[in-house]
Order: sequence, then structure tokens, then C-alpha cells
Amino acid sequence: MSWETVIGLEIHVQLSTDSKLFSGGSTSFGAEPNTHVDLIDLGLPGVLPVANRGAFHKAIRFGLATNAEINQTSTFDRKNYFYPDLPKGYQITQMALPIVGKGSIKIEVEGQEKIINITRAHLEEDAGKSIHDLFDGETGVDLNRAGTPLLEIVSEPEISNAKEAVAYFKAIRQIVTFLDICDGNMAQGSMRCDVNVSVKKSDAAELGTRAEIKNINSFKFIEKAINFEIDRQIRILEAGDSIIQETRLYDSVKNETRSMRSKEEANDYRYFPCPDLLPVVISDEELIEIKNNLPELPDEKEKRYVKEFGLDSSEAKIIASSKTMANMFEGACAKTDDSKLVANWLVGDISALLNKENIDIDESNLTSENFATLIERISDKTISGKIAKSVLEEIWETGSDVDDIIESKGLVQIQDESLLETIAQTVIDNNPSQVDAFKGGKDKLFGFFVGQVMKETQGKANPQSVNEILKRLLS
Amino acid sequence: MSIQYKSIKELKNMLNDKDISHTELVQETFLNIKNNSALNAFITLNEEESLKKANNLDNTPSSGSLAGVPIAQKDLFCTKDLKTTCGSNMLSNFIPPYSATVIENLENAGCISVGKTNMDEFAMGSSNETSFYGNVQNPWGKNLVPGGSSGGSAAAVAAGIVPAASGTDTGGSIRQPASLCGISGLKPTYGRVSRWGMIAFASSLDQAGPMARTAEDCALLLNEMCSHDEKDTTSIDEAIPDFTENLNSSIQGLKIGLVKEFDLSKLDNDVVQVFEESKKHYESLGAEFIEISLPNISLSVPTYYVVAPAECSSNLSRFDGVKFGKRCDSPKDLEELYIKTRSEGFGDEVKRRILIGSYVLSAGFYDAYYKKAQQVRRLIKNDFDSAFKSVDIIMSPTTRGAAFEAGSKGDDPIQMYLEDLFTIPANLAGLPAMSIPNGMIDNKPIGLQLIGNFLDESRLLQAAHNFQISSDWHLKTPSGNKS
Repeated sequence: MSWETVIGLEIHVQLSTDSKLFSGGSTSFGAEPNTHVDLIDLGLPGVLPVANRGAFHKAIRFGLATNAEINQTSTFDRKNYFYPDLPKGYQITQMALPIVGKGSIKIEVEGQEKIINITRAHLEEDAGKSIHDLFDGETGVDLNRAGTPLLEIVSEPEISNAKEAVAYFKAIRQIVTFLDICDGNMAQGSMRCDVNVSVKKSDAAELGTRAEIKNINSFKFIEKAINFEIDRQIRILEAGDSIIQETRLYDSVKNETRSMRSKEEANDYRYFPCPDLLPVVISDEELIEIKNNLPELPDEKEKRYVKEFGLDSSEAKIIASSKTMANMFEGACAKTDDSKLVANWLVGDISALLNKENIDIDESNLTSENFATLIERISDKTISGKIAKSVLEEIWETGSDVDDIIESKGLVQIQDESLLETIAQTVIDNNPSQVDAFKGGKDKLFGFFVGQVMKETQGKANPQSVNEILKRLLS
Repeated sequence: MSIQYKSIKELKNMLNDKDISHTELVQETFLNIKNNSALNAFITLNEEESLKKANNLDNTPSSGSLAGVPIAQKDLFCTKDLKTTCGSNMLSNFIPPYSATVIENLENAGCISVGKTNMDEFAMGSSNETSFYGNVQNPWGKNLVPGGSSGGSAAAVAAGIVPAASGTDTGGSIRQPASLCGISGLKPTYGRVSRWGMIAFASSLDQAGPMARTAEDCALLLNEMCSHDEKDTTSIDEAIPDFTENLNSSIQGLKIGLVKEFDLSKLDNDVVQVFEESKKHYESLGAEFIEISLPNISLSVPTYYVVAPAECSSNLSRFDGVKFGKRCDSPKDLEELYIKTRSEGFGDEVKRRILIGSYVLSAGFYDAYYKKAQQVRRLIKNDFDSAFKSVDIIMSPTTRGAAFEAGSKGDDPIQMYLEDLFTIPANLAGLPAMSIPNGMIDNKPIGLQLIGNFLDESRLLQAAHNFQISSDWHLKTPSGNKS
């Protein structure tokens, strides 16, 4: 009898509000420690939380985009535990009545579609950060992050393997970035997840005992951690032992998970309704307003690109799958009528570079503005397509501005017909035997002459003009 | 000219008539504070700042309704740049960077906060014996407790040091000390007064209110203390009336409810007699009495002692030695930092309530205790809602007796908890309630409790003022009848 894996994910999405969930404190990333902390974030005696309605609107967008039930009355609870980066000694979260109820999302693995049901999505405040490696024998606390709004999205245990888990995480990331409710920046911790893994014999009715792996923040680590954990659990079960319900930590350096605390050591969070906050009520009008202003999602974009820009559905799908790429496409199309050209660059050279480095377009040096300029310079014939490839490579390396690269490297296309004609004539004069062979019927040699002219001009000649001039001179 | 025992109204007249300057008033107040230092009513004084404000008022008259009125602030309200201890060792070094809304409102009206008053630690107690800063003496007798938790505030007003003090009331902490010290005190409707800057004990029950010599002064203070505050989402967004407006209107025909379930036969005869006389007094003013039933009222104390500790156990988690307040010396690790800081920082009563609260919220007990208590609380509120369909106010004794001696309740916390038998129901239901002096037992004052309908503080104040303009219990002072 084979083993079957059951996985559920809890994804924490940092909502991109300007201020925190219960205070006016700023949520921007990377400031000096403890500079974005107001009285409420610090949990000073006597302060009270006031719920940020903007965070609710963002959560509702997620609910609507995943066909979820929206609880127009939702409440807050306190989750009590002690930790230095949790200023109040409790986290305000939504346990009993979350803003978003049951929903679902479609994932795709190796061409197979699957629906993963979402149990709930609730709002809660993030904790601060404990810094263990900066001070000798002491721990520093940075409360800048404390109070940042999180949407915790809890899946049903319907994910069957590591690849599906990654696909699910990617699908959630795609939705939240398209909805403009999260920047999706995993390196900065804008999205993190806890993974629940258990295995059972495939004919067993009951789920196996699960282990929860905490706080993973990259696609790669999700996959590795799950695969490690599945192997570990199967090994234990096959040796006749049993799995302990516990929380585990993934160590990416050693590629292993290890025990953090067992069920017995787990906190009793003593949840109870937060007496400082009244239920948040969303009116019908408010809900309709949010619904009407929901941004375009990937499926809709894909259809529109086919219809409006005449793309192939496969091209449209690739471009529409990433918000950044879709923005680049739409931005560049505003500067040229040749939408096919834009699509070719995105699906061709750019996708190839991304695949080669196995990175996401957001992680590359290419910006929407720079890409639009690149397309514009091709369209207005400032540079040739071939030169454009080298410009793209330069951008990839350095992130420099397109026009700066063209200018500093002198890449402007040579359009001057008389100059090109002089160069072409020199090439012809210097290669009499090839001229004879060409005229004798060796048509393929035409390319040799084009290549020579390009070599002389360091590739800057307008290829179309070169073709015409050579044709004329060689006839 | 002596200012001792003067009411707000009298002091304002003296200031207006230039019988006394603002500076003289403040100087005189601090003299009285020092002469009464044996009461231990204050934890922190604000003398320099107070004199500065008085001097400013002498130079630039203010139109604030309470301009120049000295007030004592319970040490539970955060006061910017002025130490705020909440009666605890835990906050013995805490200087808040901001002020509570109540403090701002009172100071904007011209009040001069002369100092911070002693109180039961984190407002947990009914005798002021749990304060880290020592017992407060009731001005009416050397060994008598002033009640609690607003014991310092009550004692300061009762001794005639200040005409007014702020208090907070979670289960009776304004009314019970008002009763035991012979002054007037009002707990407003939950949400009337902003909780921003009040150090939380039990968030769903805590409410700030005025303590003063007369109901009229309470009305003047309440006018300024109330505000809708966007910083407190539980603050009520309703028009705030002028609470002095109807004070002098007759109470002819006022329907007063007497709670069938409050079994007065268990009280001392003296207490019953005082209460019966007050009934007669109200009858003479034209009020009529109707017996009402609050079937679930007997569950109030047990309900309260589940809800309040539960909230307190969570509210007091922030005192962990990490960010503010006390931190123990050289802990060897994080766990020891928590344990030592909290063991040293909190007193026994606070620890007891944190333990009870943690227990009733813990997994497996939540449904049986906390959830059940919230359901009972709803029933108690419903009982009041029905009762107020047939009566305007409800009347009872405030306390089971007059002030008791320090240490007399022994080690049995239940005996102390029962002190709040009559006061707790109004907190559970969120209703306004006040205590006014209505008699003396063995030369010790005792109070009468009036409970009003939701947001109906005006009617309470009117009933209390009508009583006071036709009696002199509120004029009695520890040094004899007020001239």
C-alpha cells in the first residue's frame, strides 16, 4: 500500500496599507529600528486600537476574487502569549468571525488544473522582530513591523504534494499582487507561510498526525521543506514508530526540518473576544463599491489580450500571469502599435533570461519604464532588434537606463544611406571572389555581405537599408 | 479665607469675586495636602506645574468652565510627563508620553491637576489596601479604609483638600469609596467617557467618572469629562447634554424601582434604617416606589469575577519588563525576566486575578466559565432593560455597611469581593449609577445608590440634586457640620 500526503497551507500576506492595522504608524519597510512605532504599536498602558478600514477593504477584495463568503460583520479576538516582540502580550486577530469565509482558487500543475478550497482568510496584526545576532548574548527588539496588517489565508488540507503546494502559493501570490493588496515581495517577508504536512496509507480514512513547519518565505524552500518532511514521516512510520504532533522549523542551509516545540509545550493562547474593538460592519453599499472597483484578474486579462491585441492565447497567458509582466506589456503597447513585437520580447528573450536564472520578473533589473523605452527605440528605428538584445543584456546586468546605454555605447542605428553605401561598396571591392561566386548563382553568399557590413558598423547599420543597398550594388 | 470643604461652585464664586486668587487657591490646596499627608491620599504631587498654571490664570483669565478648579487625578490616568503608577510597583518609574482624554478634557476646561491619588493596585480592591504605596486613611477615622479602588480620590475630597477628583469604576470603584467617605460619585454609562489613556483593568467594564462633594459638582465635571473620542471605538457617538440643565426640576412623579432580589434583611438594622429614611425623603419629594424584579441579579458577583479577571489577565500581559515599567535585576534568560519582573512588580491581589483570569480563559474551561459568564451578563442586562420599562431609576444602598477597619476582612478575598454586591450589576449592564451620602452609622457616612437607564445620567443627577437641596448629609465633614 502506498503513502499519501495531505498538505494544508496558512499563508500570511502583508497588506499594503499606508498605516498599521490599529494605529497611524507607518508600514514602510527598511526604516531604522523602532522608528515606525507609535504609542499603540508600543502597547503603552492606556492606549486603544482603532481598526483600519482600508485593511478590511483589501481583505474583501481577496474574498471577492476567490469567490468567498464575505462576513459583513466580523469581530476581533485576542491571542495571548508572551514574547518580547509582541508588545501587548497578545495579538489581535479574528478567530471567531473572520472577514472572509469559505472560498476557492484554481491551481495548475503540469497542465492539470485543480481547485483548492480556502477555509477562511482573517485579519490580524503582525508582531515585531527579535534580532538575535546583533548583540552579544542579548536580543534586540525592532517593533517597526508590529501592528502591520496581515491577511492569513488558510487552505483546506487538499494539497497532495510539494509541487501543488508551490502552485497554490504562486496562485495566491498572483491574486494578491493583481488585486494590489500586497507587493508580493517574499525577500522582505511580505508573504510567508506555515505548512501542515501529514502522511497516511492511501486506503486510510483518517488523516495522519501532522507536523507544522513554520515561517517559510520562498517557493524553493516550500518545496524542499515539504519533500524533506514527507520523507521523514514515511521513514518514521515505516519503522513502526509514530509521528509526534509538533511545530518544526525548516533549516534551509542543512535542508532539514527540526522540532521547535511539541503539542505539550504549545501555548494555550486563551483566545477571547477583544473588548476594545466593536464588531466591524461592512455595509451593502461599501461591498458593492469594492466589487465594482475590483482590478482585472489574470483570466480576464488573458482574454482581453487575445481580443484586443491579437495575441496567441499561449502568449497572452504567459504575459497575463504576472502583474509586472502585464504592466510592462500594457505600458509598452501604449508607445507602439506593434503589440506583437512587445509580446515577442516578453515571451521570447525576456522569458528566456528569467528561465535561465530561475527568477521572477520582479527580481530582475528590468523596469516597466525601461522596457517601454526599449520597445520605443526599436519602433522608432533608433536601434535595431539585434542591438536591442545587447541593450537588454546590459539592463539585465546593471539596470541602467536604455537611452544612457545607447548613448554611452554609441549604439544609435546608422540610417545614413550614403554612408552605408560607401561601406557596402568597400566590402564588395575587398571581396572580389565572393562577388563572382554570388553572381555565379551562390545566393547564400548574400548573407556574407550583410554580415561584413554589420561587422564594419559594429552592428549599428539599419539591416533593412543594408539589404536594399547590397541588392542594388550586387545586381 | 479657608477653602477646605468648599464645593466647585463655591470656589468658582470666590475666584470670580476675587476673594481669592488662582495662585492663592493652589497654594492653599497644597498646604491642605501637606497638612493631611497622614491620609496618604496622594502618590505624586504636581505642585510646580499647578502653580505655573494658576499664575497664568491670574494673568490671563480663562473662559473655561472649570478654570482654576484644583482637581486630584486618580493615578490610573496617564498624565503626560507626570509619573503614573496605577498603584503598582510595576509602574513605579513610568512617566507617560501622553495624557488620557479625560485628563485633557478636564485641563482644557481649566482644571488644575494638583496630583495623582493613591488607589488599589491596578484598581483591584475595595479598601485601598492593595496599593503598593500603602493604605489610604479614611478622613472619618484613623483605622478606617476609604474604600476602593478610587480610595485616594475619595479621601482627598472627603478631607476637603480638593473639591473634585477623577475616579474610575469597574465594579464599584467610584461609588463604594464615595459611600464610605461621604461624598458624591458618579459612574457614567459605559462609553460616555473615553477610555483612551486609562490604564485598563477590565476593558468592557471600566468607566471614568467624577467624585465631588455634591451632585451638582458631579454634573459640572461630567459636562467636561464626556466626549466622543475617535481614539476609543467603544466611546459613544451621541449628543452630550448639559448635565446641569435639569438639576433643579422637580422629581414629582419620579418612578423609583426597588429590587426585590436585594435582600436587605441580611444587612445591619442601621443600614436598613438609613435606607428607609431615604425612601421616605424621596416620597416627600413626590417620588413613587415600585418593586421590580431582576431575576438574575444574584449571579452578578460570580459573573463579574469571571469577566473582570479574564480581561485583566490579558490587559496586564504588557507588563513584562521589556518596554516600560519595572524590569527585574539581571535575569538569566527570557523566562526568568518574565517571572521575576512580574513576581516582583505585581502584588498578591493582582496576581490572584491574573491567575483566575488565565484559568477561566484556558482551553477546556472557556465555555464553562468565560462564555457562560458573558451569557449571564446578557441576561442581567436584559433584566435591567425590562425593569426600566416601568421605572425611571433604581435605588439601593451603595454598600453593605459603613467604612470598616483596615485588615478586618482578613485573608478571605470573597468577603472583600462581596463588598461590591450592589455596585457590580450596573457595570455588567453598562448603566450609569451614582452614590450620594444619605446617613451616618456610628459617626461614619454611608451612601445611597441610584442606577439610571442607558445614557440617562441627567435624571440621576436631578434625583440626587433634589435630595441634596432638601437634606444635609452631603454637608457633613469629618470635622463637623459644614458651615
